[in-house]
Amino acid sequence: MGYFHSVHLEQEKCKGCTNCIKHCPTEAIRVRKGKAQIIEERCIDCGECIRICPNHAKIALGDELEKIREFPHRMALPAPSFYSQFTAPGGIAQILGALIRVGFDAVFEVALAAEVVSWATRRFLENYQGPRPLISAACPTVVSLIQVRFPALVGQVAPIEPPVNVAARLARAEAVQVTGLPPEKIGVFFLSPCPAKITALRRANAAGENLVDGIIPILFIFRDCREALKGARKIIPRAGPGGVWWGRSGGESAALGRGKLLEVDGVQNVIKVLEAVEREELQDFDYLEAQACPGGCVGGALMVKNPFGARQNLMFLTRDLAGKSLTEEELAGLAQKGAWRSTRELKPRPILQLSEDISSALVKMQQLESTARLLPGLDCGACGSPNCRALAEDIVRGQALDTDCIFLLRERVRVLAEEVVALARKLPPSMAGPERSNRD
Amino acid sequence: MALELTFAVQNRDFKAAGDGVSELKRVLQEVGFSPGFIRRVAIAAFEAEMNIVIHAYRGRLQVRIEPHQIVLLAEDEGPGIPDVALAMQEGYSTAPPEIREMGFGAGMGLPNIQRCADKLEIRSEVGRGTFLRAKFIYPDPKN
Repeated sequence: MGYFHSVHLEQEKCKGCTNCIKHCPTEAIRVRKGKAQIIEERCIDCGECIRICPNHAKIALGDELEKIREFPHRMALPAPSFYSQFTAPGGIAQILGALIRVGFDAVFEVALAAEVVSWATRRFLENYQGPRPLISAACPTVVSLIQVRFPALVGQVAPIEPPVNVAARLARAEAVQVTGLPPEKIGVFFLSPCPAKITALRRANAAGENLVDGIIPILFIFRDCREALKGARKIIPRAGPGGVWWGRSGGESAALGRGKLLEVDGVQNVIKVLEAVEREELQDFDYLEAQACPGGCVGGALMVKNPFGARQNLMFLTRDLAGKSLTEEELAGLAQKGAWRSTRELKPRPILQLSEDISSALVKMQQLESTARLLPGLDCGACGSPNCRALAEDIVRGQALDTDCIFLLRERVRVLAEEVVALARKLPPSMAGPERSNRD
Repeated sequence: MALELTFAVQNRDFKAAGDGVSELKRVLQEVGFSPGFIRRVAIAAFEAEMNIVIHAYRGRLQVRIEPHQIVLLAEDEGPGIPDVALAMQEGYSTAPPEIREMGFGAGMGLPNIQRCADKLEIRSEVGRGTFLRAKFIYPDPKN
């Protein structure tokens, strides 16, 4: 089965260096023939390679702003983190207004849906009897990471839709009501902070539910929006501070506001926490908010501003919203209309297996272990695999050779060179001088 | 067909504790055991490793992986367990206070291993050390 991904490589820009392979948390990249290659089944769309690439050869596939013109009525769905990229005296109201100036007809705040999801999560936790902590399903990279590296935890992921999915349903329904147009005439566009959300939405579309009609990376429309800020008409936001907090790490927990909550950000930190969850060390916690990007969505790979500045800016912008909140009834109504409960069963993605059956996989594992012992353990990456163990794995899988290791190759050349020298010293008896016997 | 992995464990080496289990988990995933089974083995191996880190002077974990079972051996040189039956009780702990302050030694180690393993054998000699053997049957009888 193929997996769609939004992280791609621009061949011309890639210089074949090994920065990305060493930073990939699922060891999903190899350098082959001087170019990086992404192993699609292993990629979790975290965007680490986009961040680390010194040549900016990793890009995310997303839609351009022009695409909205294909639709008679265009809805913008800004992620809560979107606001963090702008400084506007008129606050979030002015930033929403800028979206109208760049060509949208209406805005539906994902922050509003985030409040709805927080409400639904509170309700769900009240009756939840399963293993703790319940893990947030909001960050699609974390969900993919669990499927790939922590398959035992798939059942612990909250069966709750991420805010953007709820927002997309609510936005289309509202637009249909307001305009009288059929649903397919409404263009619903998500403004995404990260490649993972692009991938997740495209997969949802491929699975049959047309949630959004396009996904525009925030960095694609940043300049247009910044220019449109001047003279933008204010649109009063509907979401309160709780929904906007979701744009940074800790925001989801703050919005939940109840129970013993655990929060982690940055993909390597998330891995450490998930390992501890798997060992049942963190059962005291009710809920785990885990975000792959440093600082949360404000640190997304498709953002423009420095994540730390953006985080503070987002906090500053939410001050205007103080005291704003939806009533229980409003939240319940939106939750129901937005179909908050996830109906898709989350399945493990067992991509690491060496072989289909355990006996032959064990044979390969023995080869892998003995191959790994021969390698120098420097994890230099010059072979194109991220570390010595990964090279051993690639060799066993038939995708690499032991001579791909420059140290093993060097050793073989040395042995060969010594043999050549030894042979060169041998002379036929007819030519041999008196010193021949000494040399041998 | 059997694959053997061995990990050395040092007393009070909290920094390295868990590394061996992470590697073990990866190996078991690559071999293709079911996630729930791997989790049981990993939890037991981690508890066994922590027991050595907390109580013993030094020891080692040995894991023998076969298609139909996994056998975990944990051997240590240490003070030993005077009353194994008592040590098997939930909440019973002889961990010193500084270890408890770190959040370890809650007296759940052996009970957790018992819960995860399909068969458990413990032999201990006071003043010498402890030998633990846990067996996990595959395919998983508990799932």
